[in-house]
Amino acid sequence: MASLRDIKSRITSTKKTSQITKAMQMVSASKMNRAEANAKAYVPYMEKIQEVVSSIANGSTGATHPMLVSRPVKKTGYLVITSDRGLAGAYNSSILRHVHKTILERHKSNDEFVIIAIGRVGRDFFVSRNMHVELEVIGVPDQPSFADISSLAKSTVNLYLNELCDELYMYYNHYVSPIQQDVTETQVLPLADFNTSNAKLTSYEFEPNAEEILEVLLPQYAESLIYGALLDGKASEHSARMTAMKNATDNAKELIDSLSLQYNRARQAAITQEITEIVGGAAALE
Amino acid sequence: MKTIKVNVVTPDGPVYDAEVEMVSTKAKSGELGIMAGHVPTVAPLTIGAVRLKNGSNTDYVAVNGGFLEVRPDVVTILAQSAERAETIDLARAQEAKARAEQRLQNNDGSNDTKRADLALKRAINRIQIAEMR
Repeated sequence: MASLRDIKSRITSTKKTSQITKAMQMVSASKMNRAEANAKAYVPYMEKIQEVVSSIANGSTGATHPMLVSRPVKKTGYLVITSDRGLAGAYNSSILRHVHKTILERHKSNDEFVIIAIGRVGRDFFVSRNMHVELEVIGVPDQPSFADISSLAKSTVNLYLNELCDELYMYYNHYVSPIQQDVTETQVLPLADFNTSNAKLTSYEFEPNAEEILEVLLPQYAESLIYGALLDGKASEHSARMTAMKNATDNAKELIDSLSLQYNRARQAAITQEITEIVGGAAALE
Repeated sequence: MKTIKVNVVTPDGPVYDAEVEMVSTKAKSGELGIMAGHVPTVAPLTIGAVRLKNGSNTDYVAVNGGFLEVRPDVVTILAQSAERAETIDLARAQEAKARAEQRLQNNDGSNDTKRADLALKRAINRIQIAEMR
């Protein structure tokens, strides 16, 4: 049996750890709230742009744009959103496992795809497996503004426009609720089908013409899709981290309870032993 | 006078939302003025100012490209970034301008020059608008 002092020091250290995880949980909780608010602030923009894009793309103007047409696929782009730091439970591992599996299923050689990595964990994962990381961004702030990733979004869209990749998939954790995040795969490019069921189509005048508007509109649309996924991913990251830290705190509490029990038993045993010794000593004197 | 609702929306959230009498902007094809009852239109914008006139009062919003959508009852401006004149940080804009000018002076790659040029335009636009308030 461990000595009293050993148990005591384990209790103290577990207590300290739980204080830290508790603090981290609260930090993540407040970050999550803000990330959720950011994601909400972004919704009107997304809805508007989606409305306009679908009413132009589905209109009978006959306008086309390379981003709307699918072409034979020689190279696939994978945009993977992970976090920079760990301690977020299964947040990174579930997404990386999914992407890795998909890539192995779809491709035979490493030349058939490129990776665009947001977040250090994802970047390191692919680099260590000798997969080609074409673009990367690390150190995205917890509350990203559009300016933080606009250059990455632009270069990603340019990859497609310059035919360095012929389709683009995006992987991120979709925020469902603070305790549930789903790994999501979306095809960003080519912009295939638009959900037209709920959008009311307006027939527009185009100034100067539909082609030139698509030229501006579609890249902006694709970039905002990426930004939207990042906001969603950030909200998931903070909530995953909050849940992970909550679990850690709960586990620490449990451990402290069982250690305290062990400590009390050991203390009682020591007292009993002392009494027996005293009684034994007294009996020997008589 | 009849008014029309105007929304300026960016990925970081709505910037402007009010009823105005007239919106005037600079589209790629030239100046564009919109009043209530305009025919539905979509037009890409250049880096510039959006003037929102309501009675004797005029608001200015700096937009960085994007486009304008007109519907019978509402005008929406979707830009990747936009700032109201009141919220522009003049010192920061001037810093950005100086930085862009510096980059233009020691230009080497064509791609970089283009970006610096755009950054310079944006900074000048913001400074001009900030001075109008």
